[in-house]
Order: sequence, then structure tokens, then C-alpha cells
Amino acid sequence: MNVRRILLSLVLMLYAPVAMAQGFAGLGTAAEGFAVPKPGTVFQFPADHGAHPDYRIEWWYLTANLTGSDGKPYGVQWTLFRSALKPGETDPQIWMGHAALTAQVQHFVAERLARGGIGQAGVSTGVKTQPFLAWIDDWAMTSTVTDNTADTLSKLSLSASGKDFRYDLKLDAKGPIVLQGQGGYSVKSAAGQASNYYSQPFYTVEGTLTLPQGPVSVTGQAWLDREWSSQPLAENQTGWDWFSLHMDSGEKLMGFRLRDGGEGYTSATWIAADGTPTPLPPGALKVTPLNTAKVGERTIPVEWRVDVPSRNFSITTKALNTQSWMATSFPYWEGPINFTGSHSGRGYLEMTGYR
Amino acid sequence: MLLALHGVSKSYETAEGPLAVLQDIDLDLKAGESLSLTGESGSGKSTLLHLIAGLDSPDLGQIRVLDMDMATLDDSGRAAMRRGGVGLVFQQFNLIPSLDVSANLAFHAKLAGRHDPAWQASLTERLGLTSLLHRYPEQLSGGQQQRVAIGRTLAARPKLVLADEPTGNLDEATGDSVLALMLSLVAETGAGLLMVTHSIRLADQLDRRIHLRGGRIA
Amino acid sequence: MMWRAGLQALLSHWKRSPLQLAMLLLGLSLATALWSGVQAVNAQARASYDRAAATLGRDRLDQLVAADGNVFSQEVFVDLRRAGWLVSPVLEGDARFGTTRIHLIGIDPLTLPAEAQQVELSSNDDLISFMTPPGVMIVSEATAARLSGLDTPPLRISKDVPADTAIVDISAAQRLLGKPEQVSRLIVAPEQPLSQTPLADVAGTLVRKAPDGEGDLARLTDSFHLNLTAFGMLAFVVGLFIVYSAIGLAFEQRRPVFRTLRSLGFSAKALTGLLLAELLFFALVAGVAGVVLGYGIASLLLPDVAATLRGLYGADVPGVLSLRPSWWAAGVGIAVGGTLVSAAQSLWRVWHMPLLAPAQPRAWARASESALRIQALAALGLFGLTAALAHWGSGLVVGFSVLAAMLMGAALALPVLLAILLSLMQKQARGPLSFWFWADSRQQLPGLSLSLMALLLALAANVGVGTMVSSFRLTFTGWLDQRLAAELYITARTEDEAARLRTWLNPRVEAVLPIWNTEGDVRGQPAQIYGVANHATYRNNWPLLQSVPDVWDRVASGNSAIINEQLYRRDGLKLGDTLTLPGGWQTQIAGIYSDYGNPLAQVMVGVDALSQHYPEVSRLRYGVRLNPAKVPALREDLGRDFDLPPQNMVDQAAIKQTSLDIFEKTFAVTAVLNVLTLGVAGVAMFASLMTLSGMRLPQVAPLWAMGLTRRSLVWLELARTMVLAVLTMVAALPVGIGLAWVLLAIVNVEAFGWRLPMHLFPADWARLGGLSVLAALFAALIPLRRLARLAPTDLLKVFANER
Repeated sequence: MNVRRILLSLVLMLYAPVAMAQGFAGLGTAAEGFAVPKPGTVFQFPADHGAHPDYRIEWWYLTANLTGSDGKPYGVQWTLFRSALKPGETDPQIWMGHAALTAQVQHFVAERLARGGIGQAGVSTGVKTQPFLAWIDDWAMTSTVTDNTADTLSKLSLSASGKDFRYDLKLDAKGPIVLQGQGGYSVKSAAGQASNYYSQPFYTVEGTLTLPQGPVSVTGQAWLDREWSSQPLAENQTGWDWFSLHMDSGEKLMGFRLRDGGEGYTSATWIAADGTPTPLPPGALKVTPLNTAKVGERTIPVEWRVDVPSRNFSITTKALNTQSWMATSFPYWEGPINFTGSHSGRGYLEMTGYR
Repeated sequence: MLLALHGVSKSYETAEGPLAVLQDIDLDLKAGESLSLTGESGSGKSTLLHLIAGLDSPDLGQIRVLDMDMATLDDSGRAAMRRGGVGLVFQQFNLIPSLDVSANLAFHAKLAGRHDPAWQASLTERLGLTSLLHRYPEQLSGGQQQRVAIGRTLAARPKLVLADEPTGNLDEATGDSVLALMLSLVAETGAGLLMVTHSIRLADQLDRRIHLRGGRIA
Repeated sequence: MMWRAGLQALLSHWKRSPLQLAMLLLGLSLATALWSGVQAVNAQARASYDRAAATLGRDRLDQLVAADGNVFSQEVFVDLRRAGWLVSPVLEGDARFGTTRIHLIGIDPLTLPAEAQQVELSSNDDLISFMTPPGVMIVSEATAARLSGLDTPPLRISKDVPADTAIVDISAAQRLLGKPEQVSRLIVAPEQPLSQTPLADVAGTLVRKAPDGEGDLARLTDSFHLNLTAFGMLAFVVGLFIVYSAIGLAFEQRRPVFRTLRSLGFSAKALTGLLLAELLFFALVAGVAGVVLGYGIASLLLPDVAATLRGLYGADVPGVLSLRPSWWAAGVGIAVGGTLVSAAQSLWRVWHMPLLAPAQPRAWARASESALRIQALAALGLFGLTAALAHWGSGLVVGFSVLAAMLMGAALALPVLLAILLSLMQKQARGPLSFWFWADSRQQLPGLSLSLMALLLALAANVGVGTMVSSFRLTFTGWLDQRLAAELYITARTEDEAARLRTWLNPRVEAVLPIWNTEGDVRGQPAQIYGVANHATYRNNWPLLQSVPDVWDRVASGNSAIINEQLYRRDGLKLGDTLTLPGGWQTQIAGIYSDYGNPLAQVMVGVDALSQHYPEVSRLRYGVRLNPAKVPALREDLGRDFDLPPQNMVDQAAIKQTSLDIFEKTFAVTAVLNVLTLGVAGVAMFASLMTLSGMRLPQVAPLWAMGLTRRSLVWLELARTMVLAVLTMVAALPVGIGLAWVLLAIVNVEAFGWRLPMHLFPADWARLGGLSVLAALFAALIPLRRLARLAPTDLLKVFANER
């Protein structure tokens, strides 16, 4: 039963080139009865931190760039995906967790699946004693906020474990939530596919990684992406390259390119150190692969030049571990990177659709 | 007359065509008389003996045994003749392997209905078999087996004794003593003896001799 | 060159004795055929059990189950997952669609470990329809055919699902089985995270079970296959008797050739090597022929075996044989092995043959007194072992060991007993001929004893198995009469229809007896729990083996239960013991009833108590008592008023017929093997007689010379064969009865869980005796005809000193 593969294609519908039944004519038909993102929607927090079951797909996606007490760099990924099987019914929904821990020479991955409605996985908000909890099995992203006025995601504890690793982290947001695209309406193709998208890129992190060779205490910074939508990728889009960059200056850049065999569709948001986002128009971001690495049978670009000419931004990225391969049933590359050039810093790179 | 043959001929089918084994044989034998039949290998001695015993039939001629024409007897008639009137002693001792010496000695006499324990006991004694009575044929030497075979035949007191190289498997000394014993016992019972042998020396110990050559009496 | 010449000299023997060669090859291929045929049937069945056992990786993965064997809340599953346990829930149970009972296996495709995956859901749509109401039932093609037209969720066909089983989403299983939020067990994934809370702290009521490599089916059917294997083995041994005597004879007859070859410069090693090569060649030829023949036998047996396994155990074994390469290898291997075992003694003798030893024909057949004495001692030892095992041992393997020891002891004792008997007869004998007859029979004994032993084994097996089957049949038919007291059995399609049926039936018939049942674990094994109405039908008819005086009142009152013999024997229970039923219901055992043909434990309680303790119990089935003459009319009315399909109304006679059919099929295989074994024994006898007849000439010729006709000699020879066959038959009787006793009192109890009374069937024995005399007559016919047709010249050759 090739469940995992199917689920990933469901969950990663925005990544994967799924043939569309109805073409691009109307967003409503493409969503097949699910709710669709609309421009001008104003997010309501903390409610919008929780699940949106009337949308087909949604995720809580956290990446962290860490430095160990041993002086070595590490990366951590914690993702919870939600996918609705049918519109109009709250259950069954399918939940999927991905966790990864990346070091210079090691890369650990784990994957979990669960059906909703029975308590094995889900996202709960608004409970007084526990204002936010996203969980699957023993993995959890828990709000530790005690101050009623603060955003419920501003303080989190985070844990996940696999066969040979585990991590337990405390996160503390030092800046505001950032809306991507036009006030949270993020366009994904020239034909108009879009998602609801906001981020919290300002976490500082401390905690412990457990590796086969023993525990390491770590500190660093983290980035949370929240996105929900109902529409698949455009038919000719074959994958994407997605960057989240922490500059040493305190500024951040989120940028992606959706590959379509030609120029691709790029989009980016420049985030000032105080959290003020500036959405950049399509094409403002240019990404160029410089070097590739062999990951198994695949050739993956692991060095990139990223340019935003309008911001005098031109950097070269290098992967911490070129083998940051998410060997889940629907595999992709995701791992920590460093960059130098006009700006320097670190961040995360995600690439899908490479063969 | 114990035995009378007139114009007896016999041939066998072989790969090269019919082979005449006996041609126009005449002979007779009286009670108390002993006759030797000599000849080269293949001269037809044994065949003649078998015809007389009714083990086989001639192509031509008449064989009368104990005044009975063998041609008039069927299979069971001939069997009855062998059982009651004729005794056979062979070169291959042909004892019954499942019976011990004592039972072998008594066997033919009992079949003929003439079992005489006293006679058998005296035969046993004279044949020197007393200590071997409970042995089985396979436990006996060749000379011992031949003595048992002779004893078995004589115990039945047949009127006609037919012997085919009875000492053929024995060394000369043993053979002589066995033959001497047989002759004296035959004489004692008043039976007639027809003995096939290729040894002129042995043949000369009998009353008469007939020599066969190429199937004819020479 | 030397080798070729040597081989030519050796092989020329077979050209002159084609019959001997035929016997050797026939014996070997028959033995191989029976053995490999049975093995093929077993392998086929085992493969399908393995598939069933491998369902959801049960044979490889640990399971968590409730200590009391009952279902438990899915919350326990969630708690475990959240404590870091990678487990996957399964809910199993039987659901009824129309009259068809389907075993539902509810799974969670999301958490199911890869090792436990059973069927492919190959697209999004598959998964969506599988997981969302009404769900999808994944079934085999045959099951789909049975379910077509019935009110089921949509069906999907997969060849990986066992018969009468459906794989559904766990939510669908919970819905269809009426067990919301319940699971029966959790599959433990082989890889667990780095840290997890101890099991006891999360789910103290669960216990961890190691993987079950064998599976319930394999366990239940073990006995059945052991049974087949035992028969296959018996047939093989009987076949080897032929091979042994054929090889022995061929070697003895070729002794002069061996000696000549040795004196011409062949070493003992070279000669033995040549002979070994010759034998291996024959073994290969016969082995291949045997496997082909075995395939035929297996194809012949398999449909019956499959029917039996389905009827008795619900096991799904395809009725069409699939050829496995391993089977060829095993078949040829056993042929070669059997040949080598049979030839070992002969080869040893050739190896050690002194160059100048005289030829001793029949030396191989001559058993001395001391050999007989050793044989007698061995037989006594085996009988002692038999008694000891029967007295102190337990278990199926011991049961068959008892059989093996007894049969071997009997086989060894046979020549000894016959020798004693024949000596006694010899002492009694008056006339010279009868004296010779007995003496000579005794002399023949060593040559014939192997085939007589084979005949004894075949006859004893026939008597024993025949007695067992007939006893069973007698008991079984009587039991069916008691058990199936109601004239008509009705199954409603819905609870609502059931209620209307009850109302409709009540004024029209003598009684409507509910046959309601549920399933659950009792004493750690799956059991059926039936409700029984307080009605004279049961009081008068139910086949109770043991009971307390007021058993039915107690059962009706709800505080006592009666259990089937299987449960009683398996668990060593007794009247008055307390029994805990699923859900913790404590009840006392008030009676034990026979329940043939059911592999499961069964408990009967008062029907009121049943519905009180298990409100969800299915209330669809009823037994109806009425004048048997009115059954057809009632069926017609039911069909008209309720549109009840015919298969929902089964009359007593039909059920009885089905049950008897299953019964007959169960033993059809045994019967076929029995006949084949007897046939092989017949061939063994024939081979021995042929062999002996060649050596008889020098032994009977003197008698002919002393005045016995050929005719009377033939009659005497025939009489000897008959006497030996009849004596063997007589000896086989007690052995067979002993065998039947072991089968009924030890093997059946272990294999099926019931003990049957033994009945004796002298008429069957007489028939079998006739058959064996006939077989002996047949076996003796050709050799005797040869003797009868012997030309005087052939007899004369014995006497001739001129050739």
C-alpha cells in the first residue's frame, strides 16, 4: 500500500506537478469544492494559527539554524502537514510530520502519518492552559506563552524524535509575525494560483539535540512558515527552490522560484530587521545554480547565487551538508545553508522536483 | 522284464535345426540285473535315462517300464510310476533343502507308501549317516549329500533304480565306496539298476555295459 | 575402455531380467510418487497458510493485545503513539452480509508499517475512497463473487487477500462490526524512536506478543498434515521394501559377474563405484518418473484436501497444484536417498566380498535362527516403547511415534511369529507332503518376509484407518441427528426483518429457537459463544458427554454454561469450573458436549443471558421446529411473504448432507492413500514371488522327479502364498485395531480435540481379507503360471549334467 507516496502527493500538491482536471480557468473549480485563498483576507490570530480544515492543504513548517556547545553548526526541521481527503467533511483529515536533524556529516530524517479526529495528530488553539499545540504522535510544537497579550506562537517548545535522533528546543520570538505576499496572499503562478502565507522568522532558539553519539546543547535562530491553500501547482511547474535567509544584519529574505522549464516564476519578500515586509514583484528575485552534488542517483544544485538587484543583494549559498536529503517516501532536499557576498548569514534551502 | 526299449529315437530342436540325440535304441533289463550306460559327453546317455524315467517322451519307439508302456501313461500316470516304481539318483544331489537328512531319507518312501523305519534305520547305519540325521543338506559335504540321495532312493525300495553319474561329484576313493555300497544294496533289494557314467572303470563293476556313440548303441 | 566393458557386463544382467529391472524402477517410482505427492499437497497447503499467517506481517512483527484478549479503546492506541510508540491499530471480526460471513480486517493505512502492508492502494482516489465512508472492501476474486449483489460497501479485488476475508479501513470495520472506537490489537513497527515511555506506564492492560511465524491455520491443520505425511511415509517405506529386495536379488544373481570382474582386475572400489553409478542412474530415472507420477497423485488428492481444509478449518487452499522447483529436487532426492538406503547392505557386501568366496545364491534371503531372535528382541523392545509412549507421552508427535513404534514392532515380529507357527504346523504334519509343505514354507519365509511385512503394514493401516473412519462416521451421523434437531434454519437479513419473522413464525410453528452468537476470547483462545433457548429440543437432543443433573435449568438461569469437548480437553477443564467469558462474565461449567468438525472453542449460555451481556449480539439466525412435512410449504410462504432468498432457509437434510460431504472428503484422501499403499504392498509381494519363482526350480524339480505332477506342485505353491497372506492378514487385525485405538484415543484428541468411541467392523475385515487374498492371488498368478507352463526340458536342466 503505497500510502506514503500518495499522501505526499496530496500534501505536497503545491510542490508536485499534479495534472489538473479543469485547467486554470477558474480557481474555484481547481479547488474542487475546497475554500480558496482570496486577496484582502485579514488573518485573525490566534485563530489562524490553528487549522483551516475547509482548505485542502496546510502546514506548520519550522526550520532552525543552530550552533552546538561543541562549536559545530546544526540544522533542525519540524513540519506538520494537514491534508483534507474530501471537501465539506471535517474528518477524516490526514496529518503528516517530517522531522530532520542536520549536522556537517550526518542527516537524520523521520516521518509520521496520522488520521485526524482520533487524537493522534492535530492542532489545537484557544485552550486556556495550552493556547497552541500542534502535534503528531510524540512530536509537538507547544506554546509556552503565559502572557495573555503576546502572540501564542511567540514562545514555543518543540520536540521530535526518530529511530536514532531526538531534539527538544525552546523558541522565543524577538520580532513580529510577517505576512507574505500581499498581506498574506501569496501568488504562486502567473495563472494566479495562490496561498495564504505568513511567517515568524525571528525566533531565537536554545535546547538539546540527541544524536547517536550523545546529547549536544545548542543555540541559534529559527523560522516558522504557515501556509494553507487548496490549489495544485500549475501544470507545467515541475518543482521549486525555496530560500529563507537570516542576514547577519537582522534582515530576512524569503524567496522562491517555481520551475517551469523556462525562466520560472519567482517571488520574494524582503523583511526589515523590525519585521516590516516588502513584497517584491515577480522576477525581482534571480536564483542561479552554481554547483551540484550527487545525492544518490540524483544531481542536486547545492550552491546558488541569489540576486535581488533592486536591493543590491547578491550572495552565494553553500549547504552545510550537501546530503541533506529528506529520504521520506516522497523525497526532497532540505537543509541549512550559509551565505556570503553582499550580505552574509545563514538560512534554509528547500528544493523539490529534482530527478 | 523290468525295462524294455524298442527303436527309441529322440531329437531336440536347436538353432541349427533338429539334433538327433538318440537313434533306434533297443535295450532291456531284468530284476536283480545292473546295467551301465557309457559314452562321450553328448552321446545321449542322460537323455535316455530321462526318457526311461518318464521325465520326457521319445519321438519314436516304445519304452516299457515295469511292464507298462510309458506312451499309454499321462502326466500323473508317469508321476505315479516314478513315485512307486522308479528311484532316481542324480549327479546334482537334488536333496530337498528345507528338510533335514532324516526327513529327506524318509520322503520318497513315504510318498510311495512304503516307509519302513527299520529298513531306513539299517540304511542310515550302512550309509554312515547316523550322526548327520538332523543336519540340513547345505550343512553336508558332497559325499554325504550323495549318500543321502542314494539312501532316499533305496529307502523307497523301488523296483528300478536309475542313476545318473551318481559319483560324478566325488573323488575316486569316495566314489568307489559309494558305488560299492549302492551295488550291494540294490542286489539286496532285488531291484534292477541302470547307471549312466562316462567312466569305463566304474562301468566295469556292473553286470552289463552298453556304450552309446552319437546316439546309437555301439 | 575398461569401464565401458565392466559396465556392459554389469548392465547385461538387466537385459536378461527385464522384469527385475521393471520391479526396481516401479518400486522406486511408486515410493517416490506417493511420498512426493503427499509432500506436494502439504507444501501447497502450507504455502497458503503462510500467506494467511503473513497477513499484516503477523509472522514478522510484534503485536500488542489486551491481556484479557478482548478489544480495547483506540484511545490506548493514541496514548501509545503520543508516548512515542510506533504502533498501528487493527480491528478484526466477522460481519454478515446477507447469509455470507466475512472476516473483516480493519487497518489504518497511515500507520501500518511497510512490513505489514497487504494490499496496494495505488492512487489518491483509492486512498480517499478507502478511508472515507462508505469505505471499500478489498477482497479476493472468489469472495467478491460470493458478495456480489449483497449490501456491502464497494468491493475491490486483490489476489493478496485470503478467502472470505475483507480488508477495510479501520473506521469502516468499527462501523460494520458495531465496535466504535475499538481495536483488537496493535502492530508494533520494527523501528521505534530513540526514546519512548515504557509500555506499562502508558497501556498497562496490554501485553506484547512475539511474532507468530506459524499462524493459527498452520497450527490447527498441523495434525491433518502430519496425518498425510505419516501415510506418505508409510507408502514410501512399503515401496522401499520392493527396491530393497530387487536390488538384493540383482546383486546376488550377479555375484559370479562381480567375481569375474574382480579377477579381471577391477578393484573392489571400482566395482562398487560402477554399481553405485548404475544405481544412481536408476534412482534418477525412477525419481523423475516418481515425481511426475506424484504430481498426478497430488492433483488427484488436492481438490479433496482443499475441500477438507476449507470445510474443517476455513483454510483457503487453491485446488490447483502449482509446481515448485524445490519439489522436483526433493522428489528426486528422496528417490536417490531411498535407493542408497536400500542398497547400502548390498553395496557393503560387494565392497567386502572375498575374491574367492563361492557363489551362494539365496544367502541374502537366508535368515538364521539368531537373526530371527534379534528381530524378536527388537520387536519386543518396540512394543515396550509403544506401551511406554502411549502411557506416559502426550502430544501429536508422540501419538504418531506410538504408531510408528507399533507398526515397526509388528513388522519385525511378523516373520518370527510366522516361523514359530510354521514350525508348529510342521510338527503337526502327518503326510510327507504336508510335512514338506510346512518345512518348505518356513524355508521360503526369509525371502518373502519383506513383502509380507509390507503387506502387514498396508493391511494394518487399512484396518486401523478403516476402523477409525467408520467409528467416526457412525458417531458423527448419530451426533448430527442429535445436533440438528430443528427442521428448518432461517437467517434474516436485518434485525428488523428478524423481529418480523419471529412474530410471523410464532403462531405457525411449534417453536422458534434463536441461534444467536458472538465471538471473543475465552481462556486466551478465539471462541464462539452461543445463546441457547430454554426448550425441550435441547433437553432431549443435545449431545452432552457429561453434565450436572439440572444442566439445562442452570444454563437457562444464566449462571452456567456448557462447553464443547475441544475446549474441555484442550484446557483440561472439568464440570463446576469457573469460566470467564469476554467482558468478564463469570459462569460455571455445567456440561460438556461433542462438537465435531469445529476447530474453535465453543460455549453455550442461556439466550437471555447472552443478549443481556452482549446487547450487540447478532439476532438473525433461528432454528424452527415444526412437522417436517410442512417444511416445503413454510419455505414457500416465507419466500412469498418476506422475499427471503433460498439460501437463507436451509432445511435439516441439506445441512446434514453438507456436513457428511465434508466428512467424506476429509477421509477420501486417507482412503486413496490406503488403497495406494495396499497396491504398493501387492507389487512388493509380486516382486518377491517373481524373484522366488526363479529360484524355486531346483527346489521343486526333485519332487517332480520323485513323482509329483507339475499341477500339484503349482497348487501347493499357490496354497503356500495364500496361507502366508491369510496368516499376515490375521496378524494385521490386532495391529490394525491397535492402530485404530491410537488414532481415536491419542491422535484425534490431539489433532481435533475430540475422542471417539471405537466400533469394530468385522464385515470390513472380511472384505479386506478377501481383498488381500485376491491381491496375493494376483501377485502369485504370473510366477505360478510360469511354473505351470514350464516345459519338462526346463525341469530337466536341473538334473542334466550334459548341456
